[in-house]
Amino acid sequence: MSVVFEKTKLLTDKQFHYCPGCNHGIIHRLVAESIDELIQEGKLEAGNVMGVAPVGCSVFAYDYFNCDMYEAAHGRAPAVATGAKRARPGTLVFTYQGDGDLASIGTAEIVHAAHRGEKIVTIFVNNAIYGMTGGQMAPTTLVGQKTTTSPYGRDEAWCGAPIKVSEMLSEVPGAYYIERCAVNNNANILKTKKAIKKAFEYQLNGKGFCLIEVLSTCPTNWGLNPIEAMKWLEDNMIPYYPLGVKKDKGAE
Amino acid sequence: MALTLMKGSEAIAEAAIRAGARFFFGYPITPQTEIPEYMSARMPEVGGCFLQAESEVAAINMVYGAAGTGARVITSSSSPGVSLKQEGISYCAGAQLPCVILNVMRGGPGLGNIQASQGDYFQGVKGGGNGDYHLLTYAPSSVQEAIDIMMFAFDKAEKYRMPVLFLADGIIAQMMEPVEMPEMVDFKVDPEKKPWACTGWKPGDDPAKRGVINSIYIDTESLTVHNAELQKSYKAARENEQMWECYKTDDAEVVVTAFGTVARVVKSVIDELREEGVKVGLFRPITVWPFPYDALRETVMKPQVKGVLDVEVNEGQMLEDVKLAIEGGKPVSFFGHLGSQFPTTDEIRGEILKIKEGK
Repeated sequence: MSVVFEKTKLLTDKQFHYCPGCNHGIIHRLVAESIDELIQEGKLEAGNVMGVAPVGCSVFAYDYFNCDMYEAAHGRAPAVATGAKRARPGTLVFTYQGDGDLASIGTAEIVHAAHRGEKIVTIFVNNAIYGMTGGQMAPTTLVGQKTTTSPYGRDEAWCGAPIKVSEMLSEVPGAYYIERCAVNNNANILKTKKAIKKAFEYQLNGKGFCLIEVLSTCPTNWGLNPIEAMKWLEDNMIPYYPLGVKKDKGAE
Repeated sequence: MALTLMKGSEAIAEAAIRAGARFFFGYPITPQTEIPEYMSARMPEVGGCFLQAESEVAAINMVYGAAGTGARVITSSSSPGVSLKQEGISYCAGAQLPCVILNVMRGGPGLGNIQASQGDYFQGVKGGGNGDYHLLTYAPSSVQEAIDIMMFAFDKAEKYRMPVLFLADGIIAQMMEPVEMPEMVDFKVDPEKKPWACTGWKPGDDPAKRGVINSIYIDTESLTVHNAELQKSYKAARENEQMWECYKTDDAEVVVTAFGTVARVVKSVIDELREEGVKVGLFRPITVWPFPYDALRETVMKPQVKGVLDVEVNEGQMLEDVKLAIEGGKPVSFFGHLGSQFPTTDEIRGEILKIKEGK
């Protein structure tokens, strides 16, 4: 009997700690499967993979991705990845970061990794909130969205409008490929995987900095059940954070 | 071997390369900018990597990334920049990453000034970042000594799996001295010797050997075990790595304590006073962590010693360790300046004579 499906070897057997309905599990699998496929296709040597986990909900990602891994300080994953990639240029290096980590405390590191055209891939998971610390306002929190530090709803006059990371980074000359995706339905999950794999291939071909933003739900801190959360993402996040390719130097 | 006249910062940078450093991440700040400048020209010649980071924060995290592969990595900065690195230094210590960090101290606090100072002693040896950790910390007092220490600094960092800090001052970096530069060391990453490093683990290999560079241990039990392992390294370093210099202390009635370039001013005073028959000597810690407590105590507790004078270019930071070593056994006085003013030989001479005369 032929094997029609098996769990990717690029994920460990460790059980995820993520909440029910959280999208990290799907995104982890897409990242791991993409790497595994590149190895199967002979485009990448097994063992030449290094990932960098952030601070936030995916702080334990080093326990899940089955390759050499780093756990970085809050926001510093792109700098850690820079050091790792410069030391072992032949490897595939990725960072996996949330919106508090990347869009708030880590803005300098992500902008300059892009600016240098650092040959790394960043998987940027945007759920418009700080998850791990229990639902505080992030730079990506939507106007009017209630969080534990914006209990009356985010007030644009007081704390600005949510930052659009993909659009911002697409203006940085060193950025090579930037796309925003979502994993809210099967079609979008497949598109996300395609984008992640394309970014990895660009890196293996020595192209510059790539970032795939993935919109994600946070049912626990949004106070919604997983189905309601997915609908909230479609009704509120996707209109403000439009999906699609923001920049692709390879397609120009 | 021939002597070459070299500027301190360039000599230290060249020594790091000869000791096997092939990765430098840094950011310009006076008075150490000649180090990144030198590295930017020299690293490509030896197949190494110089990268100017966007900040000291990023630079130390690049160190974390590169050191995690087992490579020999170095960064340099000066006081305000080293403050910015403290987060990353704590992470390197927590993740047990060998690396070398240079602090060419200038006056503080805050922006302070750009002249030489010793104001970061506390920051270097009493913590700096969060958590229970130490850095193997050397305080060279000449360009040659900085070179000599650099030649074994990476070995020590790797042996104890802890970052090494050079607590140098602006004078060491800025002055030129004749030096003897050692031969290039042939260093290559050996994954067998560094099973903890990210050197190419793949699914199917021994899961225990997967590279995980990390300082988070979320439950109390595992963080306790981890900290016990760190403390074991610190204990071993305390037992094996203390370095100090005793200068004319055998019959000294007054013992001066000083570190770094200040100790050289003190030596000039001692030589003058010895000509006049005044029995005075110098105790100079070369490692300021681990501090040579026992050696200092033994030196100053001899019956003929009337008192101890500690001289620093700060408000008396090493003074606390000097007092801890002596445990009230002899009177200790302090002389120092703030604002990067170095004590003159006349000033130090006056202070020594006060002790000798029992004033």
